[in-house]
Amino acid sequence: MLKVSNLSISYKKINAVRDISFEISKGEIVSLIGSNGAGKTSTMRAISGLVRAKSGSITLNGEELAGKPPARIVSAGIVHVPEGRQVFSRLTVAENLEMGGYLTRDKRIVRERMEYVFDLFPVLRERLRQKAGSLSGGEQQMLAIGRGLVTGPKVLLLDEPSLGLAPIVVERVFEVIRKLQQGGMTILLVEQNAVDAMAISGRTYIMESGAIVLDGPSAEIAENDEVKRIYLGGKETWATSLLS
Amino acid sequence: MGYFTAQLISAVKLGSIYALVAIGYSIVYSIMGMINFAHGELLMIATFSLWVLLNAGVPFALAVALAILVTALFGILIERIAYRSIRDAGESTQIITSLAVSIFLEALCQAIFNSSSKALIIPDFFSKTFRILDTTVSVIDVVTLACTLILTLAVVLIIRRTAVGKAMRAVADNMEAADLMGIDKNRIITAAFVIGSVLAAVAGILYSGKYTSFSNDMGFMLGVKAFIAAVLGGLGSLTGAVTGGYIMAVLEVFFSGYLPRGVVSYQTAFTFLVLILVLLVRPNGLFGSSNRQRS
Repeated sequence: MLKVSNLSISYKKINAVRDISFEISKGEIVSLIGSNGAGKTSTMRAISGLVRAKSGSITLNGEELAGKPPARIVSAGIVHVPEGRQVFSRLTVAENLEMGGYLTRDKRIVRERMEYVFDLFPVLRERLRQKAGSLSGGEQQMLAIGRGLVTGPKVLLLDEPSLGLAPIVVERVFEVIRKLQQGGMTILLVEQNAVDAMAISGRTYIMESGAIVLDGPSAEIAENDEVKRIYLGGKETWATSLLS
Repeated sequence: MGYFTAQLISAVKLGSIYALVAIGYSIVYSIMGMINFAHGELLMIATFSLWVLLNAGVPFALAVALAILVTALFGILIERIAYRSIRDAGESTQIITSLAVSIFLEALCQAIFNSSSKALIIPDFFSKTFRILDTTVSVIDVVTLACTLILTLAVVLIIRRTAVGKAMRAVADNMEAADLMGIDKNRIITAAFVIGSVLAAVAGILYSGKYTSFSNDMGFMLGVKAFIAAVLGGLGSLTGAVTGGYIMAVLEVFFSGYLPRGVVSYQTAFTFLVLILVLLVRPNGLFGSSNRQRS
């Protein structure tokens, strides 16, 4: 469905992403894992049109999207829920969601999608008239995802949805991601939280210094010794030390 | 008592002009984070357009509408030609560019029409007077206040309620997130310049209509005062812009009306002294928020 081929991105002289290729089929959750600065966010920003790729192609169902402006990419059916939530803090929750429907002419459809969002995140309905800036971090993350869903996407790009959230809220967010997949959504998940990301996704790509170094079914990747050492090892020692 | 009422009425008139112009500064600032010092020149453009059209024999109402349209076009062109390419260039570049635009427009106007003072002949109807309480008021005074109230209300409704207005606030709040929702920020910024230009055009016409004589330097000082009014109210706040405009005018008019003969020629200095004191206590203006985040 979404296919990225030979994508390279550079800022000034620095090559942030070097010749990466990956694809996501319809209804799949794919996670993109890597340490800070590995190029995960740059990859997402290129897909959503915020940065221009130096070379390579990005296609959605065969339609070339590389180099197109963000508005074109949103109407093609890809929405990027950015890292750090980035809600419109001085707008109300309702207005934030309405902005998701900015490109949708038929406002009845926008309202239907908003109802769907309220089913996923009932708390947003209660906060409708509140300024988004007054919400808790978890609620803001839900709003950011909800706002993205109101654009009516076929592919959802989630950048670090668990960042800075309490474990119980992270659980709630991942639950919703799974629910979205059951509803047929195609999802690219960028995470530093490798354990949860691999648990929820069918396939995983590991990125290091701008390149994809490993890919395969998440269950296999999670068993890879190198991956265990770098991404899971620290966590396990931390957990074991707490238990002992 | 009659003297006081008369002073109050002229403060309201002048304040209305400042308020209309200050709103334009505020809208552009809150969306782009940029202070457009060429904004005042739009008053000059509106007045000169109206003058040319009236001299060409265009009926008054049509001439006013066309003058507003021309001013809006200038607003769009200024943004498109001078500001779009420096949108990410930093504050000092933007300020210097807007000053350059201001000087350029004023000089262009002088080159075409020379710098002599001109008279705007508006229909007699507007200078008709009638008595309210103990003072005389002319029709243009009432029109000025009415235009300001209606336009301010219209702007508030546009920004609060319409899709364009909400998108404007979204772009002002977080430009990148607005991008990700598919909001075309160029169109939104153009809309902001159109709104600011229309208000400035109306202000320019009302101002020149009231004082009948004008020249190519009319916009700059008015623009600077309206800018200070916007800062006083809190840049970026509509309520602030309007309140700031009226406070500014009240100070100016009452200092010039009540200061003792010896110091009355320093009335502008007194006005600015008060403004400086207010800003010392409230550096972000009366309605400004201290934690503005821009991305």
